[in-house]
Amino acid sequence: MDLTLSDEQRLLRESAERFVAGTYNAEHRRRMASEPHGFSAGLWKQFADLGWLALPISEAHGGLGGGAVEIGILMEAFGRGLVAEPYLSTVVIGAALIAERGSEAQRQALLPKVADGSLYLAFAHSERAARFELAEVATSARKTAEGWRLDGRKTAVLDGTAAGQVIVSARVVGDNGAAGKLCLFLVPADATGLTKRDFPRLGGGRACNLELRDVRLPADALLGDGSDALPAIEAVVDRAMAALGAEAVGIMQTLLDQTLEYTKIRKQFGRPLSANQVIRHRLADMAMNCDEARSMALRAALMVDAEPVARGRAASGAKAKIGKCARFVAEQSVQLHGAMGVTEELDIGSYFKRLLAFDTLFGGSAHHYRRHAALGGRSVQA
Amino acid sequence: MDLTFSAAERAFEQEVRDFIAANLPAEMKHAQSLTPSVFSDPDIGIAWQKALHAKGWGAPGWPAEYGGPNWTPAQRWIFEAECARAGVPNVNVMGVKMVGPVIIGFGSAEQKNFYLPRIRSGEDYWCQGYSEPGSGSDLASLKTRAVRDGDDYIINGTKIWTTHAHHANRMFALVRTNETERQQDGISFILIDMKSPGITTRPILTIGGDHEVNQVFFDDVRVPVANRVGEEGKGWTYGKYLLEFERGAGIASAKLREALKTVSDLAESEATGHAIDDPDISLRLSEIEVDIDTLEMTELRVLSALQTGQNPGAVSSLLKLRNSEIRQAVTRLGVDVIGHDGLYVEPMRPFYKLNEEPGIPEEMLPVVPEYLNSRAYTIFGGSSEIQRDIIAKMVLGL
Repeated sequence: MDLTLSDEQRLLRESAERFVAGTYNAEHRRRMASEPHGFSAGLWKQFADLGWLALPISEAHGGLGGGAVEIGILMEAFGRGLVAEPYLSTVVIGAALIAERGSEAQRQALLPKVADGSLYLAFAHSERAARFELAEVATSARKTAEGWRLDGRKTAVLDGTAAGQVIVSARVVGDNGAAGKLCLFLVPADATGLTKRDFPRLGGGRACNLELRDVRLPADALLGDGSDALPAIEAVVDRAMAALGAEAVGIMQTLLDQTLEYTKIRKQFGRPLSANQVIRHRLADMAMNCDEARSMALRAALMVDAEPVARGRAASGAKAKIGKCARFVAEQSVQLHGAMGVTEELDIGSYFKRLLAFDTLFGGSAHHYRRHAALGGRSVQA
Repeated sequence: MDLTFSAAERAFEQEVRDFIAANLPAEMKHAQSLTPSVFSDPDIGIAWQKALHAKGWGAPGWPAEYGGPNWTPAQRWIFEAECARAGVPNVNVMGVKMVGPVIIGFGSAEQKNFYLPRIRSGEDYWCQGYSEPGSGSDLASLKTRAVRDGDDYIINGTKIWTTHAHHANRMFALVRTNETERQQDGISFILIDMKSPGITTRPILTIGGDHEVNQVFFDDVRVPVANRVGEEGKGWTYGKYLLEFERGAGIASAKLREALKTVSDLAESEATGHAIDDPDISLRLSEIEVDIDTLEMTELRVLSALQTGQNPGAVSSLLKLRNSEIRQAVTRLGVDVIGHDGLYVEPMRPFYKLNEEPGIPEEMLPVVPEYLNSRAYTIFGGSSEIQRDIIAKMVLGL
């Protein structure tokens, strides 16, 4: 039992916080908004030089073999600066799917490229009809003479336009038309039949909707051996939710810090806002919500390698709880800034929107309380 | 970082389990399961304290030189968690967890020699004289006077919300020994023999139907000056030190988990018509379970900081707030789970000594009283509003 940071972890946190504080601000975000991919390729290269891209990749594939706690440390720092670089898509999700599902040849071919910053990845999984159910995939994969044919639509693919390879989930359809196992496919950015509707993403960065129409892929586009990929998808999404939880903590802490500062400076009725008990108690509640989110993000990170039910309950519990905490902190930050809080003239709104995006990604609190209950063996449907 | 306990700590956990299995009689466990009040009645509470004392575990948090078992923070956590899991009676915290540390920290050698062994063994039963009818949250305004007369103080005034004053043979109290400009500077911390002439106790029944708290009156009560702990006028400092123990005993999640399990078991039972099948009940169970996970993780973060000699910061207010709120959520869910059986009122106490079979399944008897009693959790030990004041001041620097 030890929940204190090691020396290496402390150094990682300090260097990440320093880098983020020195690089990211409102002006930077405005510039990035007009970049085609919504982030800076130059900064991504620096992430590689700092070893951040190699962090969770195994040493055998050019990585540093770090774990979810280290990812959480980085993500929390990223949250403080609303970092828009595709760390979640490429490193936390993309590289993890390849590591979990890929053949050794695929790992050798792709993971070193993630580590050195030369390959962006995206995960195209969500579909409109599925809402947040990971098992619900209608996109189809049919075996052809040369390999595979993919058809379907995917929504909210984070960083899908930047990605050199998009990892697409699809259900393998047999000759008799029966839907079979869920599998993952590596789809190159320029594949024929792949169309992308790119859009700026709430809270920073970009995303796209994908349409796959008769996309032809070679046989080795299949990630792994063709066994059911759902357990791996669930494991990786649980990791991603732990990482996002840590990012949310950084965002919430920044909102709390800024709001605290503002209520001390802003004077009404001849005294600072923070002299009023109603404001002080609100701030105390915000601080508690931040601390609770911190506990749950850490808990989810420490349980990513637990058996699937415990891991899933920890991840869903964290997503649900942090979602609630984040909503409270975000909404109260705007409220306590008064009318200025709803303008684009302050940073508050950007942080608010990023937390809203956090709450939406992979499902909100209600969805995850249901998953938590269902994994605990309880009925969640009337 | 690591969320698991070491092999040595696991072995200790087993030792605690074995001890409880060998020393907790089924009747005692049953009696505790039917106790809706915050405190266990002395018949089971003192009996359990004596069993712990016989093992050398009578005062888990105390240093070894005063008879503590010299446990690490992790061992204390494991001990509390195992006790909660097994459903042991609550020992009277007023002695071991509250006045004990104050005497250890600030008492004279004579006071330590006399009182500490009697607390450990369960021979003395303590109550707390803090609140007064005119001094609740504003505790420092207290008016009970202690006037010096030779080697005695003569005490006049009244204390209220005194838990188990009707069972206790001793009280630790904050009394006014001086009228000072700053109210806090005139307060002293004093140890009172409850059998002293001039003390009377009036029971106060609370909405759950339990007699836990009292009002205590002092009418020219003589207390030797030697019974004052530490310096005259420093009582506020000692009292605040103690309140931190009251708020942040730091290990509440295990008890909450056990309470939630009791509700969940009821919800799965035939007797409630399988309330668990109601998705609302099922989801609220998850919501509360996640809140308990959160509290537990915060407790473990504090524990971890303590283990490595770091200061965990002013988290006791946060722990107290969330513990009390979750307690209320658990007990409220219990009421919803038992449905119409919640309308049944059993006025007799204790529930484990009823003469007649109750009109509802026995295990449901404490459910509504527990909810009603739990409303006090956000009031005692510094109300939630006071805790938020403390967080604003201590954590946010406002």
